[in-house]
Amino acid sequence: MHKAAKSDVDWLALREEFPILRERVNGHPLIYFDSAASSQKPRAVLDVVRHYYEHENANVHRGLHALSARATEHYERSRQRVADFVGAKSVDEIVFTRGTTESINLVAQAWGGKFLRPGDVILLTEMEHHSNLVSWQLLAERIGARIHYVPVRDDGALELEKLSSLITPEVKMFAFTHVSNSLGTINPVAELCQKAREVGATTLIDAAQSIGHMPLNVDELGCDFLAFSGHKMCAPTGIGVLYGRSEILEAMPPWHGGGEMITSVTLEKSSFKKPPHRFEAGTPNIAGAIGLAAAIDYLEGIGRAEIFQHDVDLAGYALKEMKELPGLRVIGTAKAHAGVISFVIDAAHPHDLTTFADRYGLAMRGGHHCNQPLMRRFGVTGTSRASFYLYSTREEIHSMIDILHKAIRFFK
Amino acid sequence: MKTELGELEELYQDVILDHSRRPRNFGELPDAAVRVHGDNPACGDEIHLAVKFNGDGGLQDIKFTGHGCAISQASASLMTTKLKGKNRAEVEEMVCAFHDLVTTDKNDVPKTLGDLRVMSGVRKFPQRVKCAMLPWRAVEQALRQIEGEITVSTEEPDFG
Repeated sequence: MHKAAKSDVDWLALREEFPILRERVNGHPLIYFDSAASSQKPRAVLDVVRHYYEHENANVHRGLHALSARATEHYERSRQRVADFVGAKSVDEIVFTRGTTESINLVAQAWGGKFLRPGDVILLTEMEHHSNLVSWQLLAERIGARIHYVPVRDDGALELEKLSSLITPEVKMFAFTHVSNSLGTINPVAELCQKAREVGATTLIDAAQSIGHMPLNVDELGCDFLAFSGHKMCAPTGIGVLYGRSEILEAMPPWHGGGEMITSVTLEKSSFKKPPHRFEAGTPNIAGAIGLAAAIDYLEGIGRAEIFQHDVDLAGYALKEMKELPGLRVIGTAKAHAGVISFVIDAAHPHDLTTFADRYGLAMRGGHHCNQPLMRRFGVTGTSRASFYLYSTREEIHSMIDILHKAIRFFK
Repeated sequence: MKTELGELEELYQDVILDHSRRPRNFGELPDAAVRVHGDNPACGDEIHLAVKFNGDGGLQDIKFTGHGCAISQASASLMTTKLKGKNRAEVEEMVCAFHDLVTTDKNDVPKTLGDLRVMSGVRKFPQRVKCAMLPWRAVEQALRQIEGEITVSTEEPDFG
């Protein structure tokens, strides 16, 4: 089991490590409550990326010179760091991608294209981000597969009672999010993987919102694939990961062709490297991968159990304070809740509220959060969303409540 | 520097909040010649515009339905009150003038814009220009279309 959360993290002091938090926006200190969209980066990560470009920059896996060797060594060491971080059995189970979206598309195209047949069922949930929805729609249309959805209850939790009728032997892929990016719901992913295994379905977890926020181990979860992005966990944009169980990755054909992924090429035919390199055509995001490893070091230095506790404490505090606001409705009140709060207020449309908040330095997201079907499910076109991370504070939540009060008065 | 409330008050003037809460010309137009559905996929806002032309091709009647932020709703409401009864040339001129109003720093705003000038606060909020322009792009399309039904989106390349 994971170690219990320590209570001795100095959360306020840690803000000093994020240079951007000193920014002022419209004359106010920045309150960054949009970490579910993209997190801020600590100096440790920025420094490593800069050091790479100043001392190691070259292409990987092809140069015989010293810099290429340094870059390759650092890039592959970063892959090992990721493998350890997610609990992979082998470093070869870690494919670097551009982000969660590309990871899911890789699985849909390469795995789905080979293993799905007309009439097969892809099971998703109603709360999927468009990345874990549109990718499968494209595939289903191409091969004539069907998509079924696990419905969402009024409180934002999955209707688990429906699972037994939805998980049938026709289901070949069950892909679901760990934490909903708009509702904040934490899904019982280990249980979902277990249910899928019982009918022989392959599983994919979208861990974009969870991996940087809570302890997570692919072996304990029992998933076949896990997809996530670096930029939501303190790493740079443009780097992401697909974890895939070795046997499955080895059975998959390539999806992008190019350099780096071949063993030999003739004018007639090519043969391909083993995973993970089979899936990394072209020059990868080397600095991004190195930055991701640095972000992992940073997060583990604090402790993911500690970060999770911090997020949950903040969300609980915010939810309690928001109850006092007239005409405010929280969308997504499931008991298992991460540091993401979606809400609407009677007085103003989410966009007007977000514009108003921005004038006071408060960065929130307003809109459908790449969750259009889910928004329809809750009868709204969009929500305002406040999302927290390790550098968020109670004082900032207090300011948010104050700004929301002002907005309600202003738009009334 | 202006205070945040100053710029916000300029954006959300009373007239705008009033039009967004009680939009004018809101409703169906059963005998419309052309219906244009304006979408802003970025935020889910929708304006459904229905237009009836007179013999000279001018706007005899114009109504809208839909939902969205205060800016898009007020813009649609103010626009319909302004454009009803105008001929094609006047409408086209008004679309250009309104676009300038919300996107440039020009001080010599045409007097013909009248009430619409309250929308000038949008220029300080570039992310909200699409909201303000949504109904105007729809009416522009209605003129081109003359009859039938079509959808326009803020994500089309020439929008904005």
